[in-house]
Amino acid sequence: MLVSYQWLKEYVDISDLTAEETAEKLTRGGVEVDLLHPRSEGLDHIVVGFVEECEQHPNADKLRICQVNTGSETAQIICGAPNVAAGQKVAVAKPGAVLPGGMKIKKAKLRGEASEGMICSLQELGIEQKLVAKEFMDGIYVFPEDAEVGADAVNELGLRDTVLELDLTPNRSDCLSMIGIAYEMAALLDRGVQLPDASFTAASESAANKVSVRVDVPEDNPYYSAKVIKEVTIGPSPLWMQNRLTAAGIRPINNVVDITNYVLIEYGQPLHAFDLDRFGSESIVVRRAQEEETITTLDEEVRTLSSEHMVITNGEEPTALAGVMGGAFSEVQEDTTAILLEAAYFTPARVRKTSKDTGLRSESSIRFEKGIDQNRVEEASARAAYLLERYAGGKVLDGTVEEDHRVQEKHVMTTDTNRVNQLLGMDITQDDIVSIFRRLRLHTEVDGENIAVEASTRRPDLRIEEDLIEEVARLYGYDYIPTTLPHGTTTPGGLSTEQKDRRTIRRFLETSGLHEAITYSLTSPDRVKRFLLSDVPGTVDVSLPMSEERSTMRTSLIPHLLDTVQYNRNRQINDTALFELGSVFIGEESSLSRQPEEKKVLAGAVTGLWDVHLWQGEKKKTDFFVVKGILEGLFKEVGIGDQALFAPSRHNDLHPGRSADVSINGRTFGFIGQVHPNVEKEWGIKETYVFQLDLDILLSADKEPTSYATLPRYPSISRDIALVVGEDVAAGEVKQVIEEAGGELLKQVTLFDVYEGENLEVGKKSLAFSLVYLDPERTLTDEEVTKTHEHVLAELTDKVQAVLRQ
Amino acid sequence: MIDRLQELGKEALEEIKQADTVKALDAVRVKYLGKKGPITEVLRGMGKLSAEERPKVGQKANEVREEIQQQLEQKTEELEKIALEEKLQEESIDVTLPGKEVKRGARHPLTAVVEEMEDIFIGLGFSVTEGPEVETDYYNFEALNLPPDHPARDMQDSFYVTPDMLLRTQTSPVQARTMEKFKGKGPVKIVCPGKVYRRDDDDATHSHQFMQMEGLYVDENVRMSDLKGTLEAFVKEYFGPDRTIRLRPSFFPFTEPSVEVDVSCGICGGDGCRICKHSGWIEVLGAGMVHPNVLTYNGFDPEKYSGFAFGMGVERFAMLKYGIDDIRHFYTNDIRFLEQFKRV
Ligand SMILES: [Zn+2]
Repeated sequence: MLVSYQWLKEYVDISDLTAEETAEKLTRGGVEVDLLHPRSEGLDHIVVGFVEECEQHPNADKLRICQVNTGSETAQIICGAPNVAAGQKVAVAKPGAVLPGGMKIKKAKLRGEASEGMICSLQELGIEQKLVAKEFMDGIYVFPEDAEVGADAVNELGLRDTVLELDLTPNRSDCLSMIGIAYEMAALLDRGVQLPDASFTAASESAANKVSVRVDVPEDNPYYSAKVIKEVTIGPSPLWMQNRLTAAGIRPINNVVDITNYVLIEYGQPLHAFDLDRFGSESIVVRRAQEEETITTLDEEVRTLSSEHMVITNGEEPTALAGVMGGAFSEVQEDTTAILLEAAYFTPARVRKTSKDTGLRSESSIRFEKGIDQNRVEEASARAAYLLERYAGGKVLDGTVEEDHRVQEKHVMTTDTNRVNQLLGMDITQDDIVSIFRRLRLHTEVDGENIAVEASTRRPDLRIEEDLIEEVARLYGYDYIPTTLPHGTTTPGGLSTEQKDRRTIRRFLETSGLHEAITYSLTSPDRVKRFLLSDVPGTVDVSLPMSEERSTMRTSLIPHLLDTVQYNRNRQINDTALFELGSVFIGEESSLSRQPEEKKVLAGAVTGLWDVHLWQGEKKKTDFFVVKGILEGLFKEVGIGDQALFAPSRHNDLHPGRSADVSINGRTFGFIGQVHPNVEKEWGIKETYVFQLDLDILLSADKEPTSYATLPRYPSISRDIALVVGEDVAAGEVKQVIEEAGGELLKQVTLFDVYEGENLEVGKKSLAFSLVYLDPERTLTDEEVTKTHEHVLAELTDKVQAVLRQ
Repeated sequence: MIDRLQELGKEALEEIKQADTVKALDAVRVKYLGKKGPITEVLRGMGKLSAEERPKVGQKANEVREEIQQQLEQKTEELEKIALEEKLQEESIDVTLPGKEVKRGARHPLTAVVEEMEDIFIGLGFSVTEGPEVETDYYNFEALNLPPDHPARDMQDSFYVTPDMLLRTQTSPVQARTMEKFKGKGPVKIVCPGKVYRRDDDDATHSHQFMQMEGLYVDENVRMSDLKGTLEAFVKEYFGPDRTIRLRPSFFPFTEPSVEVDVSCGICGGDGCRICKHSGWIEVLGAGMVHPNVLTYNGFDPEKYSGFAFGMGVERFAMLKYGIDDIRHFYTNDIRFLEQFKRV
């Protein structure tokens, strides 16, 4: 909604406030002014001039030499506009003027002839092209004949004004009109509202004799009225009206159309003027459209309708899309002399449907959709009749032909001082509260403590007690609300165990050198069947995606992490270590029947150099064990260090020889591995290691308790063994055999060497372990250790065919 | 003989003085104090002396010996000190060479902001609650006083996955779910951080995915002044103690009264500058008193209970705090961007 500050003054006394102050008042009151548009900042030395003579320029076909009387003098001005002519009153920019585009007007010579100024078009004066009346679009502007020569042209054009652009919240449809804003301003300032003149003289002839109205759909159209105005003369509307329409963002057309638009902005009530002679009948019938019925709208487009849409018809064919746009054939034209003026209340839902399906949004449809004041229709109609009588020479026939199904319900809201103060935490008196309702012009009755306020169709957003309390708060001023802290039951607040664990994970991974990434949840179909933790029977797809790239919910975090690796690689960042905590979304085989499973997942991607200290010659590339080490550390951090197991695995997108599943208590909950070289190629990245873990399983595992054990008082005995085993025997398996055979006394097993190659039989490798034996209760004897150690060796021979390396 | 000893002492001290290595000193030691040294020799000849002279010469010999011994020790210490200094000098390094970097990742700025917000609200007695990102229309809209034909639904064009399920457009459904769980008995005091989705084209200020932190407090006698006090406490903690807030009336379907909350501009201190569009204030969040319909839908008696709710965009708070100018940075994860948040 665009609000002209000068126009607003018509209805409410704001002469003591500037446009900026008015905007600030409105904004602080809850009607947000988004922008202020000063219409003529610094625009001066522009006057109304009279073109006394207009002759062809001797040296230029397209130029005219005009002698223009500017009130104080007659100046010679060269003009290139095709429509300039003697006898016109025009806007003259005198030397010294600076036009909105930055052009400075100076005395000049044009093709040898002196020019002392410039005759301006409206565009040159800063009016948008789309708001300039058609006749002046391609040339200079011509004032009406009664314009005063020498007067300030900027003022004559209503440009000494500021337009307030409102950003209205959906509840304040009442502010979609000048009068609505005036009521708001009046309430904020505690002032009166001056309503416009709507008193016309009705002719003796009765409108009811001319036309009839029938509404077939009262539920969609509770009120329809028609007035008949005869003997109108189509012409331009008065300049002040054109100026105001322009300020409101509406292009002037002709007096009749301008008047309906003017009242629309003034009252917020859409009106439509039909050419009565072109209407095609004398009976107006409002009904639903038939399936496949068509109408050619004012914009010359043919619209195909359905029974969901509402139309105004002449009994046979549609003449307008109700509340949205008029039809072409009954349009007011230059030769129109009789008018059918429609003023109606169409329900929001029906207009919204019609507007949405046809893709037509108009100043009318916007207002009907948000809901107009059903009790202001007649007033607006009368105002239009008054203006038509005055500015289009019309004779308004007696009476209004109408069909009225409006329900006038009386709705009363009650509140009391105590309740207001309790909810706001304030201390306002009953008098203050009641005076606020009075300022809002709401009918209020006080009965002891009780304050009863009658709902008004002018403010449909006020329906319940809390709405009233909000009005009190905003008019009294939120600045007066004190700041207190809740005084109810104390609550400890805090994080859940899982939330704490997630923070622990983040902290651990950050200190391990991984950056946290957050990527989009929506992805493309080709990225959802990749790097899965477990089978995904179906995906969660967006019904109307904005693009294929964002059409379905991710089923793995790794694809977007690889995208991130690639994004950084394209920016010469080759060492990237990332992790992400987020959800993946698991759908069903067929379409979703319930909310999808949202699995919380931890994933990571690491590539490039890991450990680097160049001048000392240290340069370690990321490999499987770097990432595995991080996970092992993480498992210790969350208390499951000894329970998580890694076992070789196969995943489509991972290197078959460099990937493992991670499990706990026999339950697989994640994987780790190098991205398959083909997949690396597909993503355009180098050797990259990834992992992905099911967070719920990870965090729900039984945590190893933190407890204290007495420090050993007796010495431990350490024995190293080097074993030769088959190259496909897993080190983990060997370690497990040692641990089982070592029993109670064996406290620690550490692998310290892996060797393959020279001095070893082909197909064999050597593993070296260091074993530490300890009894916390006494000093171990060499004999005891040897006995256990030999048992360990025997078991190794037995279970993994290990041979002691000599 | 005494003279002889005197002389020997002089000679020895001179030689000690001359010695410049530990080895040379050892030679001096052996030469003068060794069993075959001149002093021993002098003493051997003592038998020829009278009983009177003998103790005198003996005493003198001891004096000379001790003197030599002492000088030797002193000189040795000196030389060892020099030798050590030389060795340390050789071992010296260029301390300006770079140290070995300890690998450290950065916290994502959105996580940093969410955690900071959580901690402030935890301090005020709030619990952190989360919920699903794919929500039912009921929890996302209806339970929050947004029936199917409500005009405010236009405000949030959403991604539907079925006719009655969508990617949540706000984290308020978590509030509805939590209220429902409390079965009409307060207090409910929660903040709900999380990802939300709206049909926006991604540009510098819009993102189809973003993060919200919403809060809800329902109890008996919750007042709007409590909302103002809570938010002011939060803003001072998050932005700094010299910042203030103001409330402006607004509209949200789930609150009545509803307000926008502005925080005083930290750049100009309220005088007006480019950042605050010359108003001195920056809009940071929406809030209000829980609409009685929302209380009723979710099982609370609005006659007995009241509450406040607020919602803020995490990205906006991060952008204001760190001066980030493009919302897309949060989701492209450029390492050069992320690395800037190692200290948060
Ligand atoms: Zn500022």
